[in-house]
Amino acid sequence: MRDAPKAFWSPLAAGTALGLALLLTFVVTGHGLGASGFVTRFAAQANDWVAPQATADNSYFGPFMAAGSPLLSWITWEVVGVLIGAWLGAKGAGRISVKVERGPRTTSGNRLVYALLGGALVGFGARLARGCTSGLGLSGSATLAVAGFVFLIGFFAAGFAVSMMMRRIWQ
Amino acid sequence: MSIPLYDSGIASGLLSGILFGYALEAAGFGSPRKLTGQFTLRDFSVFKVMFTAVIVCAVGLYVLRTMGWMGPAAVFVPTLFFWAILLGGVFIGAGFAVGGYCPGTSVVGVASGRIDAVVFAIGMVLGTSVFAWVFDPIKDFYLAGQGPTAQTLPQLFGLPEWVILLALIIIAAVGFRLGTILERSRGGPFTAEEVCAPDDEADEFALTSASADARG
Repeated sequence: MRDAPKAFWSPLAAGTALGLALLLTFVVTGHGLGASGFVTRFAAQANDWVAPQATADNSYFGPFMAAGSPLLSWITWEVVGVLIGAWLGAKGAGRISVKVERGPRTTSGNRLVYALLGGALVGFGARLARGCTSGLGLSGSATLAVAGFVFLIGFFAAGFAVSMMMRRIWQ
Repeated sequence: MSIPLYDSGIASGLLSGILFGYALEAAGFGSPRKLTGQFTLRDFSVFKVMFTAVIVCAVGLYVLRTMGWMGPAAVFVPTLFFWAILLGGVFIGAGFAVGGYCPGTSVVGVASGRIDAVVFAIGMVLGTSVFAWVFDPIKDFYLAGQGPTAQTLPQLFGLPEWVILLALIIIAAVGFRLGTILERSRGGPFTAEEVCAPDDEADEFALTSASADARG
């Protein structure tokens, strides 16, 4: 018999902890938290492994490659930290669950296809927006940047619209 | 000693990341069902956690500046490129509703053992690569609608910063109340027990709660 996982923190408690972590990041580094910046650097590196010349010539990835190892950056260490912090939290609270998480009416195979498709949309969108939910939505909005709130309007509007069209995935 | 320290070294990255990951996991954001529950109105955690964090940090930065401990333009403020940022937000909202995560929460999903989060991350690398390969033809769109450098809401509306902060707090309070009513009427929010259960039990959970909904 498994031990029951510990309850999640209340949104107010978790949000306060997240806000303080973000404030500390601003105080230490002068900028906020992020995530998609790492994906960009990883993608540049991955493209370089497959097609080095074409990647160096590419107008978006090229500058990352020209600057040296794209993965040697603060954002890489931050994402490694996220993995460690989330794993410590999940482990300590008995919340690690190795599975394909899906809605009850979706098969695991379909869920993985949706995950790949959704990931591709998010990867493309984050480059278009110059940031993601962490970098623009959270960190940008915490500086009261207009850019952060414009991002959040697009994010929530599309989230509700697409979710209504595709209820079956999760319900 | 003046702040910010402008330290972007390895230790600083690891520290920020560990706290960030720990808080996101504690909020339940390693679970794609909890995350997407926001858009089916069954779980308002995304709105509640995000707004709380934005307000806590924004008030903190305001206090640091007001006390004179930090200069007016000391931290990075992103600049608006209206069309690309709006459409980028649309793509991320759509991808989140379909795929179950955003970039940061997918890392938390991986750390919590979710195989779908690993596949989502592979999708992000592919999507990012597609963007890079079509960057030249869409560059004009990417740069369209540029706003004033590092513009903030107080500058946009010509209001003092405390008024904007107060307005955000009021919006958050209304959202919290409304969200709690909506999520309860839909059998939410998702609990750790529900989202961490192995697949067969997860289906049981969903079906019992669905039939409970039908009865209630």
